[in-house]
Amino acid sequence: MNAITAKTDLDNIAETYRKAQEAAGRRVIVCAGTGCVANGSLEVAKAFEKQIAAAGLEVSTFLQTEPDHNTVQLSESGCQGFCQMGPLVTILPDNILYTQVKEEDVAEIVEKTLRNNETIQRLLYVEPGSEKTCERVDQVPFYTAQSRTVLAECGTIDPRSLPEYLAKGGYKAARKVFEGMTAKEVCGEIEEAGLRGRGGGGFPTGRKWELTRIQEKTPKYVICNGDEGDPGAFMDRSLMEGNPHAVLEGMMIAGHAVGATEGYVYVRLEYPLAVERIRQAVADAEEHGILGDQVFGTDKAFRIHIMEGAGAFVCGEETALMASIEGKRGMPSPKPPFPAQSGLSGCPTVINNVETLATVPLIIRDGAQAFRSVGVKTSPGTKTFALTGHVANTGLIEVPFGVSLATVVEEIGGGITDNNGALIDGSFKAVQIGGPSGGCLTQEHRDLPLDFDSLKNVGCMVGSGGLVVMNENTCMVSVARFFMQFTQNESCGKCVPCREGTRQMLALLDDIIEGRSTEDTIPTLERVARTVQQTSLCGLGKTAPSPVLSTLEHFHEEYQAHVDQKRCPAGQCKALTVPEIDPEACVGCTACVRKCPVDAISGEPKKPHQIDPELCIRCGACAEVCKFNAIKGI
Amino acid sequence: MAVKKFEDVCDILDRQGRNPARLIPVLQEVQKIYGYLPEEVLTFIATSLDLPPARVYGVATFYAHFTLEPKGRYVFRLCDGTACHVKGSSDILNALRDKLGLSEEQDTTSDKMFTVETVSCLGACGLAPVMTVNESVYGQVTPEKATEVIDEIVKNEEDNG
Amino acid sequence: MNKEIENTLFVNGQTVEIADEPNLLEVIRKANIDLPTFCYHSELSLYGACRLCIVELEGKGVVASCSVQPEPGMEVRTHTAALREMRRTTLELLLANHPQACTTCAKNTQCKLQDLAQRFGIEDVVFNRPVKERPIDDSNPALVRDPNKCVLCGDCVRFCAEVQNVGAIDFANRGAQVTVTPAYNKGLGDVACVFCGQCAAVCPTGAITPNSAEQDVMAAIDDPETTVVAQLAPALRVALGEEFGYDPGTSVTWQMVAALKRLGFDKVYDTSFAADLTVIEEAGEFIERMDEGGERLPQFTSCCPAWIKTAEHFSPDLLPHLSSCRSPQQMFGSLARRTLPEQLNTTPEKLVVVSIMPCTAKKYEATREEFHQNGKPDVDHVLTTRELAGIIRGAGLRFQDLEPESFDLPLGFKSGAGVIFGNSGGVSEAVVRYAHEKVTGERSPEVDVHAVRGEEGVREAQISMGDRTVRMAVVHGLANAQRLTEQVRQGTCPYDFIEVMACPGGCIGGAGQPVSFDENIRQKRKAGLYAVDKGLQVHHPQDNPYVAASYRDAIGEIGGEEAHDMLHTTYKTRQRIAGQELSLANSEATGQQLEVDVCLGTSCFLKGSQDLLQALAKYINTNELGEHVEVKASFCHQKCGRGPVVKIGDKTFEHADFDTVRGTIDEVMQNS
Repeated sequence: MNAITAKTDLDNIAETYRKAQEAAGRRVIVCAGTGCVANGSLEVAKAFEKQIAAAGLEVSTFLQTEPDHNTVQLSESGCQGFCQMGPLVTILPDNILYTQVKEEDVAEIVEKTLRNNETIQRLLYVEPGSEKTCERVDQVPFYTAQSRTVLAECGTIDPRSLPEYLAKGGYKAARKVFEGMTAKEVCGEIEEAGLRGRGGGGFPTGRKWELTRIQEKTPKYVICNGDEGDPGAFMDRSLMEGNPHAVLEGMMIAGHAVGATEGYVYVRLEYPLAVERIRQAVADAEEHGILGDQVFGTDKAFRIHIMEGAGAFVCGEETALMASIEGKRGMPSPKPPFPAQSGLSGCPTVINNVETLATVPLIIRDGAQAFRSVGVKTSPGTKTFALTGHVANTGLIEVPFGVSLATVVEEIGGGITDNNGALIDGSFKAVQIGGPSGGCLTQEHRDLPLDFDSLKNVGCMVGSGGLVVMNENTCMVSVARFFMQFTQNESCGKCVPCREGTRQMLALLDDIIEGRSTEDTIPTLERVARTVQQTSLCGLGKTAPSPVLSTLEHFHEEYQAHVDQKRCPAGQCKALTVPEIDPEACVGCTACVRKCPVDAISGEPKKPHQIDPELCIRCGACAEVCKFNAIKGI
Repeated sequence: MAVKKFEDVCDILDRQGRNPARLIPVLQEVQKIYGYLPEEVLTFIATSLDLPPARVYGVATFYAHFTLEPKGRYVFRLCDGTACHVKGSSDILNALRDKLGLSEEQDTTSDKMFTVETVSCLGACGLAPVMTVNESVYGQVTPEKATEVIDEIVKNEEDNG
Repeated sequence: MNKEIENTLFVNGQTVEIADEPNLLEVIRKANIDLPTFCYHSELSLYGACRLCIVELEGKGVVASCSVQPEPGMEVRTHTAALREMRRTTLELLLANHPQACTTCAKNTQCKLQDLAQRFGIEDVVFNRPVKERPIDDSNPALVRDPNKCVLCGDCVRFCAEVQNVGAIDFANRGAQVTVTPAYNKGLGDVACVFCGQCAAVCPTGAITPNSAEQDVMAAIDDPETTVVAQLAPALRVALGEEFGYDPGTSVTWQMVAALKRLGFDKVYDTSFAADLTVIEEAGEFIERMDEGGERLPQFTSCCPAWIKTAEHFSPDLLPHLSSCRSPQQMFGSLARRTLPEQLNTTPEKLVVVSIMPCTAKKYEATREEFHQNGKPDVDHVLTTRELAGIIRGAGLRFQDLEPESFDLPLGFKSGAGVIFGNSGGVSEAVVRYAHEKVTGERSPEVDVHAVRGEEGVREAQISMGDRTVRMAVVHGLANAQRLTEQVRQGTCPYDFIEVMACPGGCIGGAGQPVSFDENIRQKRKAGLYAVDKGLQVHHPQDNPYVAASYRDAIGEIGGEEAHDMLHTTYKTRQRIAGQELSLANSEATGQQLEVDVCLGTSCFLKGSQDLLQALAKYINTNELGEHVEVKASFCHQKCGRGPVVKIGDKTFEHADFDTVRGTIDEVMQNS
């Protein structure tokens, strides 16, 4: 379908879809984000199809026929965010949210809710603590405290349906740009909006585009960086899976703004669903004349290629990513030259992350002023975060820049939990923000507004947007070690400070955790960390020591206890713990004696046992098997 | 069949336009065919894309997704954590290797059926010694139990032709 | 802003003018501040990995000066306390992962890491966790690779790829496991390494070094039964002095001869004598090729063994274009083995021929089977310039105080033409000096041929010889050479005669020469060699009376049968990876099948062998012949001019096409 008179045809498709949807009765949306799929949501969706048909209702997954009011539209959505309660099922128009839905619940939902308008109480979300039952999505505190803008459609629309994206006003921003705005105007609008890059440093997107636009060399490229590699971050994956057309639309606008006719989406290999969705979205867009040699029937071209990563965290760094697209080892190269001047294959290139690009159409659609009305002056708009760790509600969230840390952790997160997930009194010990490149925030930062500059002022960064909440039982040295292990594994090995420095920092942290440290260990660790931070070649190397430096700053006493007293205040470092059996609690059942792999436990039946700390290897097998919580210190 | 595989490799190279910039997609697709990246095939790819073999090798070893060693259809991973070690995991390792004619240098049988590896702690010390075979976890394994698992697999394979 | 300020920046408060320096590091060096680096090399692309050239830039913080464009008004600090601590830490991190046995390292006292550790006063390395030891690769005669000593600056990788376009080594693995290695961790001898040794020349540490022959040579000298003779390459005499405090380019010919005599060499000869022979044979061959109509033109020179190996690996289809002349080293070896035993009252078996060369590839060349007689190599051992310096020092000789001595005759007498062989352009000039007279019957009025001298990687000259015009090209650097071979293939090469030297500047820039950080070193050595030529009485090979005598007494006619036997050689194609083949057979090979082996080497590949292989594979498949036919692809059958080459059973088919191959298979199948 080329030479399409795109305007009217696309409008028609949107209008037809809208009408069909209005005509349909209810809509069942099954979350098919990766989290819910892992919990069996695809089986749930299949069961719906079968059961709805069995109940004599018509099922329509793509609304191709003219439906009557008996039709139930069944669709799968991208990530709805509340991953921990999945599989999630939303029923429109009543906006009922069923949580942890299993295959065997489906018949009941069809019978009661779809046929008889009854709500099934046991499948509703109950807020822990207040025990309040939430009937509708907009009563769930996890959602009410958020401000879902970029994620607004992600989790409701069918990511495989171009008509639905069009019906929601999709590609209108791109059309506005291609049909009536100059490249300079687009760059100006984005700069006016104050949009800053969501992937790391927060560089102003409009300025980046303008720098690329003014380059004379052609061709130029637009790259969407979907190589989201931080452990515990999945915002970009959710967007690519849940609303792929928004990402493509953002790329098209960027392409028009800088004068590029080709774009690449670089998706990490570990996101097969995102690859599939983007691939299909590109194919659909090409078929409808949205992408191709005559975009929207104009004489402008824009094509998008998809490149799958091959398993290297460092490829999230833009120069490494481009090396990878060029078929080389993903090793960063010095900047300058910046990609805007000399990027992919030496050509001017604009490279933005997924969320940034998905935000762009909203700015063009609603205008820079509307965008600026949310968030704070230097960080306008909203930001998605992946909220995980010791909080009641974990998942994907979106909040305006500038909300306080406490709001996120306590209101959206719903409070702090113990290691088993049970809500506890008290507050968080630390929140790690920005993954292995970020730092930690503590109680003193409770009221800190979460935005680019406030975080930078306390030595942290928004980074990719991972938020890991940690309770009082967390050992901060071990946390630093965990992230250092990650960066060390993922260092590309090119520059000396990162390659050798992360290795030695990891070894020094091991010394601290395993009781081999001396009074020189911490000063040496700090010295190496400073060198790596200041002198590494790329951004990943420069930020690799952040978890160490930040925990050293906020939890120096905890480090010192490990070194001076060979003691782990949180009781987590196995080598520093002294295992013992509580004689009050032990009933002498001998379960632990039989389980111990090294025969470190002795004692007669029915009498309290003893554990030999010298023989014990701290594997914890005894504690696992003990029904009386008598094993202490492991 | 090897001839078919070679044809597929040529197809892949043609589809990617024999463009050296497409090296990574080429390697991804070729690995899907062979299950790993054989050295001779890498040299062939290098010749076809007009790249030095050392360069192709460098790319293949940079990315975690690529493997230059074929793995067996059944991968035995033996926990080498402290608890398992103390509980005699090395005896089990030796029993498996003896049974399959493998060694530290050669970890996969020539028919590509079995691979035997050690891994650092699997975190299931209470079940020590622990072994995984593909996705299944076996606890409190003895040398006899471990070799029985092999026998079962062989028997199943024979039954299913 | 006035012009002065426009073009200056400030280094530690001192005003420095910006000329056309490509980066801040060069500007800082101009201010006489020697910022340390491992990975910065002005002839290679920017890498930015060692992070030692860090500076503080006002408003920007800490940056690597190699990666910064100099801008007017910049304020740069190079040695603040913080910078010193970071540089020290970076060095310590490198040392923590580096063997500490400096005294036994081939690079001792010339290692940049050692030098910097001293400059920064590092006495103790607090980190002590080296990664797993990696095996040393000494599987070839030319170079030794010790990955444990590698600082991963990548200079060798970039030189091999960018200047030589060989790509024999590259980075492999990731993170702490990164290493520089040939493909598949093979030895350098098993891949397309051409042994030019420039990787060793640019290596700041002892990770790649020439494979030393010092012990073997000293053992031969110590053996009372043997007669040990030396041949000294031209480029040696203007570089050896650097090891003993002379200025680069100073000729130390006579002390050098004296030193070798003191060391116990029985005779000391000059490779330049053999270079005179080379000129005569090679020019004769060239004139013959011109006369026959130009089919085998352009003629490439063959003195450089690294270039020869390059051609054998990468341009096997063009081997007929190479001069068949042996290199001067091997002409000398051949003649010495045949004529010296009688002169020196010994036997060929007891004569030990030692070459002293500026080159690592010569070590490999001496081992080529073409240069063996009765199982013994013509040249027994090859030392580099640096190895000779080491032996001289080891013997305690005070080089500067030695009484000059002269070369032994007859193989020590040479013309200036044989001496300038060490410079890029020298072979061409020598050939012109000889050929002009040969073609026109009279000598060119000018001895020097300035048209072929110079620095550029590719230089061209048109030389008139009577009514002929010879179009010559002089290239150094193998990437430049390969650009010309591609032109020959495309039929667009405008030259008749092409001189190729692998190393920058020719042999004077060889990898066996003294290590130097002087950027003008090559120009100085070059000027030195031209000066030696000027100082000699004879400038034309045809005037060398001992050359004439050799033809009369030993070689016979120029270009004749005996001359061919003694002074010429043959070439063969070489696989990229030794011994690799791609088996396309069924997994249940029975050993009874008909073996069909299709060559997929570079040349056959270009001639369509892959299509042939695919068609064949398909044919086997559709006709279910898999049980009876085993299809294989190997990477070279060494008949590159006649590809595609296919072996069926024990028959070899050249210029094979699918129908021939299918026909043969069908025939064999029917017969069995």
